[in-house]
Amino acid sequence: MFNEMKMDDQVREPYRALVEWMEASGPEVLEQKRLEAETLFRKIGITFAVYGEGGDPERLIPFDLIPRIFTAGEWRKLERGVKQRARALNTFLYDVYHNAEIIKAGIVPADLVFKNAAFEPAVIGIDPPRKVYSHIVGVDIVRTGPEDFYVLEDNCRTPSGVSYMLENREIMMRMFPDLFKSLRIEPVESYPDMLLKTLKSIAPDKCDRDPNIVVLTPGAMNSAYYEHSFLADQMGVELVEGQDLFVSDGRVYMRTTRGPERVDVIYRRIDDDYIDPLCFRSDSVLGIPGLMNVYRSGGVAICSAPGAGVADDKAVYTYVPDMIRFYLGQEPILNNVPTWKCGKPDDLKYVLENLGELVVKEVHGSGGYGMLVGPASTKEEQVAYAQRIKADPGDFIAQPTLALSACPTFVESGIAPRHVDFRPFCLVGDTIRLAPGGLTRVAMREGSLVVNSSQGGGVKDTWIMTD
Amino acid sequence: MLSRTADNLFWLSRYVERAENMARLMEMGYRMAMMPAVGDGNRSEWESVLSASGCHAGYDPNAPLRQEEVANFLIFSRENPSSILNCFEAARASARAMRTAITAEMWEALNNALMELRRPSMHNLAKNDLPEFIDWVKRQGSLFRGTTDSTLLRNDGYDFIRLGTFIERADNTARLLDVKYYVLLPETSMVGDGVDNYQWTTVLRAASSLRAFHWVYRDDYSPYRIAHFLILNPFSPRSLAHCSEQITQHLERLARHYGQRRPVHGEAVEMYSMLTQSDMEEIFATGLHGFLNDFQARNRALSAAIAETYYFGGQ
Repeated sequence: MFNEMKMDDQVREPYRALVEWMEASGPEVLEQKRLEAETLFRKIGITFAVYGEGGDPERLIPFDLIPRIFTAGEWRKLERGVKQRARALNTFLYDVYHNAEIIKAGIVPADLVFKNAAFEPAVIGIDPPRKVYSHIVGVDIVRTGPEDFYVLEDNCRTPSGVSYMLENREIMMRMFPDLFKSLRIEPVESYPDMLLKTLKSIAPDKCDRDPNIVVLTPGAMNSAYYEHSFLADQMGVELVEGQDLFVSDGRVYMRTTRGPERVDVIYRRIDDDYIDPLCFRSDSVLGIPGLMNVYRSGGVAICSAPGAGVADDKAVYTYVPDMIRFYLGQEPILNNVPTWKCGKPDDLKYVLENLGELVVKEVHGSGGYGMLVGPASTKEEQVAYAQRIKADPGDFIAQPTLALSACPTFVESGIAPRHVDFRPFCLVGDTIRLAPGGLTRVAMREGSLVVNSSQGGGVKDTWIMTD
Repeated sequence: MLSRTADNLFWLSRYVERAENMARLMEMGYRMAMMPAVGDGNRSEWESVLSASGCHAGYDPNAPLRQEEVANFLIFSRENPSSILNCFEAARASARAMRTAITAEMWEALNNALMELRRPSMHNLAKNDLPEFIDWVKRQGSLFRGTTDSTLLRNDGYDFIRLGTFIERADNTARLLDVKYYVLLPETSMVGDGVDNYQWTTVLRAASSLRAFHWVYRDDYSPYRIAHFLILNPFSPRSLAHCSEQITQHLERLARHYGQRRPVHGEAVEMYSMLTQSDMEEIFATGLHGFLNDFQARNRALSAAIAETYYFGGQ
């Protein structure tokens, strides 16, 4: 296992200053700081609800004080790799809703795209502004060695977590001003500005003024509601619910105290299925009836564009390196994790024979639900899971159990290494933008590889050092 | 601003004000109960507090009308929509639904109030030291208004918050005065005796107006002057006249801000003129209770007109 702070008992370069500071401060000071941080989070109200537990809908996500640190060189590679991926994924999306060249070329199977639940026939042939579908691409990256980074999955719809990146930094700067003064850490606070610029740049053709932008949330009961309101606030735009919007004369309006006000760009944080009951799920009360008609006629831009989800399916994921080669004529800078597709007979055979070694996931699942972590599972769980795979092999993929890198983390017994992953947020509009940072998620339980906040994972601040 | 946001701001401040006024009503009941009984001793201060709170209908008819039970109902009951706990829950839910429209300081004030109120120790405090609990509630109201005053942009959102505060406060001052009506035997027969005066000063005390009253009227505690202070005196911060004046002013600001006057502006001015043109003798002669009832009905109609104008108007 790669320990990001220590190698061969030597503190790695990016962590040196931090370790010196921690040793000089001593455990009491650190414990004091940890309590302070928790109070701050509680006060600000940064919370993350967990579905299906029936517990506190405003649970705190565990925040770990010890930052995760990248050198400038490491970041340059990640940055180029993430931007490359975001470009290829958007080109793929435009392609599958237009000429489908990549399918004609025999690189991606037609069924995988056209029979995919996330494929939206309703947007075939439509040109979204700047031909961009996924304006915010969250790329989940894991590390297994000093030079070894793998992409675990892409999130092309509405990846969440960026508010933690920003708030974690705020809290760290409040608690460790001296460290920030003496070290040179790239700031991340430009993210909301970059997001606003990106959203403005995708205003629809019919918009003839400074575009009016809104963030569309399902409401205060949603697990990521804090993030929705945080981003709206940081950008200085309205946070709306479906009931605040309506369609009239081919445009979208919001109900205000002055009367109807036109909306040009909707950054929606609700799924495709719910955005327009006339077009998708008719029982949706979260959406806006008629929205899709306005979208199709160029009266409003929607971020991410309806249909963008087809690119972040876990089965489509396996083809992203091929997309990069096909569309961009480049070799992928960041590798995929080797993946077996249970839909293929050979792969299925291998997966069933090696369940104890693999991580198996549902193709359409997210949030760490419904997966099998082979080495951590019992014989009974493996047998039951094998039944599920056999019932519908195409719904599952498997990957080797990677030795995820670990970072020092506060736990009950003191400071111990815990596994981490990393999600930078890439913005795609008139240009591709990436704030120097991202969200580091940490599995708080010893040995656990599951970092999802819905499964008890925590977060850390991520420092990118300047040269 | 979004109509839904305006609606939330208006109700948020109403709920905070209501919680505080529930506490003030209890303060009155608590003090009046310390006075020796009048007449046949058949009175119940706590029943009148219930009546004036407007929550009597929800109170278990078999439950005793004692301080402990009534206070518990008014503070912690989940079944009572106007209980202090439910008021803070509703205020915080409104705030959470429009976090971007209020400041972090306002959020913290509301959030902390609810977190503290949910603690089991607050039940003990309310049971063992009601006056201390009442002070705690009043402090939460002050914190909320203080943070609003010192941190919130003076835009239309501020006006909706202030409208909520004064609509609710006017309603509650009228209710406070009405407790007096419920407790007191026919007004004219007892006016001027010791108990009566004590009860009237209790009304003043619950309105945090005892000292203010002294400054304005010097020494005379006549019911006439106390009622005047809480109804017609524009300098008294909880008087109907002052609330009405504030409502008019904030509606005027909205009219300027939006460049549009609507029927609701006329209605507010009319209510204010009604108060400035009344005199106390006339009100007592025609009956204080009737006057207060009329006022409350008008106030409710005005609240509905504000909603009609800004939440659904023109759409």
